[in-house]
Amino acid sequence: MRTGGSGSAKLSPAACGGGLLCTAWPPPAPAMDCYTANWNPLGDSAFYRKYELYSMDWDLKEELRDCLVAAAPYGGPIALLRNPWRKEKAASVRPVLDIYSASGMPLASLLWKSGPVVALGWSAEEELLCVQEDGAVLVYGLHGDFRRHFSMGNEVLQNRVLDARIFHTEFGSGVAILTGAYRFTLSANVGDLKLRRMPEVPGLQSAPSCWTTLCQDRVAHILLAVGPDLYLLDHATCSTVTPPGLAPGVSSFLQMAVSFTYRHLALFTDTGYIWMGTTSLKEKLCEFNCNIRAPPKQMVWCSRPRSKERAVVVAWEKRLMVVGDAPESIQFVLDEDSYLVPELDGVRIFSRSTHEFLHEVPVASEEIFKIASMAPGALLLEAQKEYEKESQKADEYLREIQELGELTQAVQQCIEAAGHEHRPDMQKSLLRAASFGKCFLDRFPPDSFVRMCQDLRVLNAVRDYHIGIPLTYSQYKQLTIQVLLDRLVLRRLYPLAIQICEYLRLPEVQGVSRILAHWACYKVQQKDVSDEDVARAINQKLGDTPGVSYSDIAARAYGCGRTELAIKLLEYEPRSGEQVPLLLKMKRSKLALNKAIESGDTDLVFTVLLHLKNELNRGDFFMTLRNQPMALSLYRQYCKHQELETLKDLYNQDDNHQELGSFHVRASYMAEERIEGRVAALQTAADAFYKAKNEFAAKATEDQMRLLRLQRRLEDELGGQFLDLSLHDTVTTLILGGHNKRAEQLARDFRIPDKRLWWLKLTALANLEDWEELEKFSKSKKSPIGYLPFVEICMKQHNKYEAKKYAARVGPEQKVKALLLVGDVAQAADVAIEHRNEAELSLVLSHCTGATDGATADKIQRARAQAQKK
Amino acid sequence: MAFPHRPDAPELPDFSMLKRLARDQLIYLLEQQHEVDKLYKVENKPVVSSSEQLCFLVRPRIKNMRYIANLVNADKVAGRTRKYKVIFSPQKFYACEMVLEEEGIYGDVSCDEWAFSLLPLDVDLLSMELPEFFRDYFLEGDQRWINTVAQALHLLSTLYGPFLNCYGIGRCAKMSYELWRKLEEEEDSETKGRRPEIGHIFLLDRDVDFVTALCSQVVYEGLVDDTFRIKCGSVDFGPEVTSSDKSLKVLLNAEDKVFSEIRNEHFSNVFGFLSQKARNLQAQYDRRRGMDIKQMKNFVSRELKGLKQEHRLLSLHIGACESIMKKKTKQDFQELIKTEHALLEGFNIREGTSYIEEHIDRQVSPIESLRLMCLLSITENGLIPKDYRSLKTQYLQSYGPEHLLTFSNLRRAGLLTEQAPGDTLTAVESKVSKLVTDKAAGKITDAFSSLAKRSNFRAISKKLNLIPRVDGEYDLKVPRDMAYVFSGAYVPLSCRIMELVLERRSWQGLDEVVRLLNCSECVFTDTAKEDKASSESLRLILVVFLGGCTFSEISALRFLGREKGYRFIFLTTAVTNSARLMEAMSEVRA
Repeated sequence: MRTGGSGSAKLSPAACGGGLLCTAWPPPAPAMDCYTANWNPLGDSAFYRKYELYSMDWDLKEELRDCLVAAAPYGGPIALLRNPWRKEKAASVRPVLDIYSASGMPLASLLWKSGPVVALGWSAEEELLCVQEDGAVLVYGLHGDFRRHFSMGNEVLQNRVLDARIFHTEFGSGVAILTGAYRFTLSANVGDLKLRRMPEVPGLQSAPSCWTTLCQDRVAHILLAVGPDLYLLDHATCSTVTPPGLAPGVSSFLQMAVSFTYRHLALFTDTGYIWMGTTSLKEKLCEFNCNIRAPPKQMVWCSRPRSKERAVVVAWEKRLMVVGDAPESIQFVLDEDSYLVPELDGVRIFSRSTHEFLHEVPVASEEIFKIASMAPGALLLEAQKEYEKESQKADEYLREIQELGELTQAVQQCIEAAGHEHRPDMQKSLLRAASFGKCFLDRFPPDSFVRMCQDLRVLNAVRDYHIGIPLTYSQYKQLTIQVLLDRLVLRRLYPLAIQICEYLRLPEVQGVSRILAHWACYKVQQKDVSDEDVARAINQKLGDTPGVSYSDIAARAYGCGRTELAIKLLEYEPRSGEQVPLLLKMKRSKLALNKAIESGDTDLVFTVLLHLKNELNRGDFFMTLRNQPMALSLYRQYCKHQELETLKDLYNQDDNHQELGSFHVRASYMAEERIEGRVAALQTAADAFYKAKNEFAAKATEDQMRLLRLQRRLEDELGGQFLDLSLHDTVTTLILGGHNKRAEQLARDFRIPDKRLWWLKLTALANLEDWEELEKFSKSKKSPIGYLPFVEICMKQHNKYEAKKYAARVGPEQKVKALLLVGDVAQAADVAIEHRNEAELSLVLSHCTGATDGATADKIQRARAQAQKK
Repeated sequence: MAFPHRPDAPELPDFSMLKRLARDQLIYLLEQQHEVDKLYKVENKPVVSSSEQLCFLVRPRIKNMRYIANLVNADKVAGRTRKYKVIFSPQKFYACEMVLEEEGIYGDVSCDEWAFSLLPLDVDLLSMELPEFFRDYFLEGDQRWINTVAQALHLLSTLYGPFLNCYGIGRCAKMSYELWRKLEEEEDSETKGRRPEIGHIFLLDRDVDFVTALCSQVVYEGLVDDTFRIKCGSVDFGPEVTSSDKSLKVLLNAEDKVFSEIRNEHFSNVFGFLSQKARNLQAQYDRRRGMDIKQMKNFVSRELKGLKQEHRLLSLHIGACESIMKKKTKQDFQELIKTEHALLEGFNIREGTSYIEEHIDRQVSPIESLRLMCLLSITENGLIPKDYRSLKTQYLQSYGPEHLLTFSNLRRAGLLTEQAPGDTLTAVESKVSKLVTDKAAGKITDAFSSLAKRSNFRAISKKLNLIPRVDGEYDLKVPRDMAYVFSGAYVPLSCRIMELVLERRSWQGLDEVVRLLNCSECVFTDTAKEDKASSESLRLILVVFLGGCTFSEISALRFLGREKGYRFIFLTTAVTNSARLMEAMSEVRA
């Protein structure tokens, strides 16, 4: 075993035992003539053969019969636990739980320190489930690592578990137990544990003679035999069932077996009679009387998918029997204590020294190898052999096939048969025949041949006894390459898995990358290697392989308590965002903050911020923020809406008086209602602005305080609405209300510039249409804004009469404009001509409309002409 | 009138896919998931609905969360049980969930995301409809939307193939670019083999060029936006335009045959064009006389509908023009434009300042006054201290004291600043540039860095020839350059930079300008191997405005495209104008 007990996982290809194809195992075949020597006919139509997978080299200390044994299907591992609890008095020595590969390579060995175990079994994920007498189920990994445990219910604590089964359903793996109170409890999927207590069997006083779990319509049932009766338990009911056509005289069922696919059921009675039928108990397939009344040790189905043949294999101490729909059975002598493992397409039988496979010979193989077969495949194989001998017979055989037009079929047969051969030399010769036959076909699609070559290469590689996964072709197809790769990874056979991925050209993300990631996750668990070395090794191997998540690997490292290693690994993670959650988990919040900011993802930054806020005291938190403007601005935004006081503290801490001032200004109209509160807020703001050396803002704020107080007084004295008006609007309101004196006073107090005051008064008085007051005002002194605005505003109010008054007073440079505004085109023309201003002339001209201004227009034209002459 | 594109100009990509994507996702979210039958606008008032479930489609903002929380809590007090669903668009923020949790309603609502970030407003205009981007990023220093921008770019490159050349200027541009690259790298390299449709992409931060956005717009589409406000590509024409008693919502895009011919025109040409069009239309109507019955039948079934449609549009746009004219002459638009041009050219600054002062004193419009102040500040590298104080004082007196905060905002954004004595400024400047060069800090937008930003507009303007020298009258009917969008007085800075970079295919020789713009950070990649196959795509250019772009800029670039045989596609966080910018910076009493 390359990965061995030391746990070092090297990835160099040299460690893979010299390539993928295993050649030396099993030993060279006997002569072709005897090829069918190990074929045993059952009835007229089927042959069964048994061949050796491995000679076991596992040096068992115990007899198998003294052990609890569990072997996983699909060439899975074997677990052995010497059962000391079976004897009357408990042994003083603690038992050992050993786990071996199917080829007998030790995978794990551990001292059993928990309670008595009733049954062992493998889950679909190749986890070992150990059902204890007290109902606890301990789950171990392939390498003996404890994973988790769960209980089969409290009831069991008193009653003990008498018996237990681990079974497989489409949901996963289930556990069924029989308690001391003769009640059944089961869970159809241990991954999603839901215990179901099955209904009681009425009048059950003793343990059933045998029982099994069935799966029908996605529901798990229990079938049990008590004396001559069979009971079927489902969710709610317990019903008596009778197998159709059962021979009379049965007083007890000794053994029952359900097929791999839950489709068929076999019953062994105390009369030595075997009934075979469907699981639904509606149809009998066949029966057989073996005349052996001794209870068999094991009985399992041996059938192949899509085959019509049905057979069960029954094992006693020294005898193995294959029975089916035939008067005779096939019998084998068992030299040693053996154990049967039902598989999809056969039965694995292992003992102290060997591991064998017993199955029905597949049709393609039968056609080709049956003695004197004239099937096209058989002829093709023969032809190819003759061809190699350079004999002309090759041509004869070939012609024979071609004449029948069966060459395509022959090639297909050879390819298919190759798949079912265990021995590489046989595979090769069949494939050679197929290849030979292909040459004589025009259009034979090559993929089936190529795929078979690839599949066999993979299969031979995993069947190697170093690896020890004796999958058949059918099992492999059922399992899929993905699951097979998973199982290799589970066995820490990373190099082989990678080689297979590369060989099959699987996409990197689901192939090589995934395996490398698994390898890395395993690597970080090696405590004896320094953090530096592990991180470097992982990075060297993984580099920038697409689809590899360094953060996942780091998470695993952290899970093993290697925080420093995790941080080192995270450094390789290109996406900063991915690093953050783990860093937070590891309480490296400040580093997480840096990474989050680097990622540019504000959401992530915020997540970290809230973490930090809870983790650090306020002072430290603020200090951290201080160095991170981006985080700071985010937090400020949040505070603005959710925690105003915190915002203030933030500004305070930074001595950010400017912002503090703004904060209080905002508070003066957002938060405060009462005038005193508002003034106070403004005072605070003004103080802050002074501190910020922003005299302008401070003064403006103080002005606003004054204005607020004044507005309040105005409201009290004059009534009406003054608060919150701008200074300009306050004065306007006063004028509109006829409080001219007050307005003047206010303007003086707040030093409103003359220009503004004039604009303001002008607009207000015009709005009042107080023409008298306006005229008085216009004469109060020389207008700082000129008189054109007077003209404009009068015209806006459609008072041409008043407008004309002011037009006369407009200064010369705006005179023309004013005259035009009041509609005195003729005079405008005169002024323009007097000014000799071309722009003004054009302006007037553009205002000349129709006949009325015809004379004026002429006048201008003349003036222009004159000007040009000069 | 509308100039045809050069025959070798590339076709625009089809954006209908974006629309379909967004629509289907929303329909799925609303109907399949939550069986929504009626939509209400989220306003700050209680919902009157007897429905058993409420579904909110909101921007991920804390304010909105509080609104929802209040609603849910009110229901709780009243003993009502309803189902609540919040759909965040374009994405959910953790901060929002936190608020929901703090308000104690996290368990009561379920959340969803509607990843809708690109709204095709027109055949060449994509908007993210994120007007808040401007304030969030340029004022608050909040980078939350950068991720959204990167996602949008990623979506575009997935749909329309990789971009060959990327240019950009500004910090936000750089961050968006880097984030987008990251996204591209993470993704499977599926797009790698695709033929690129879009040749260049140019990212530009709004703060690189505030000037253009602050100018009064005089191309038709810009004017319509300034006057009536175009929202999501449609405008509400009031009764004064429709000359009836109803308002009318009109879609403004290339589908509108009349509009598409005048949208990019200087306003002075529009009236003439419209009357010509009206005459043509009349002539087409008039063809009816002299027709026999069969011809008449053809006319009615084929042409009449189109003519009627055109007639309707024509009268609408004429109405809009009249309305614009009325408004503009009232406020003495000519005077305003003259002042603006003077500011841009940098003469008669005193007069300009008094004009602004008068503007404030007369309370013409708070937003307009603010805009002029900002324009003055930026073109002059800040106001001289005396003006800075007096204008602000005047403004506060006119429009209320809360604008003290507005000024603080404007200062922070670098829009309205005070000229500082030379030495202090350089001190701050060097401090900032140190910050920028420091790599860790380089990633961070320091909201205050803009404090020290000098606009250097005058120098840039000289360097880039932004003020065209005009001998005689600038013929607005046959524009010579992009300056026509501002009556020939000013070439938009943003567009000019793009023109130069695209011409050189690099920033080479523009170092001085980049330095003056205070943008040490420009992105530049050149992956193009100048093969023949991609030469056409190289003429299709995606322009990304971070912080919004104006219709004037769009018009200017469309013009440039026609001149040089490019086609521009615009991606903007939102279509903006001077008023929107100013409003975003303004502090208002709630």
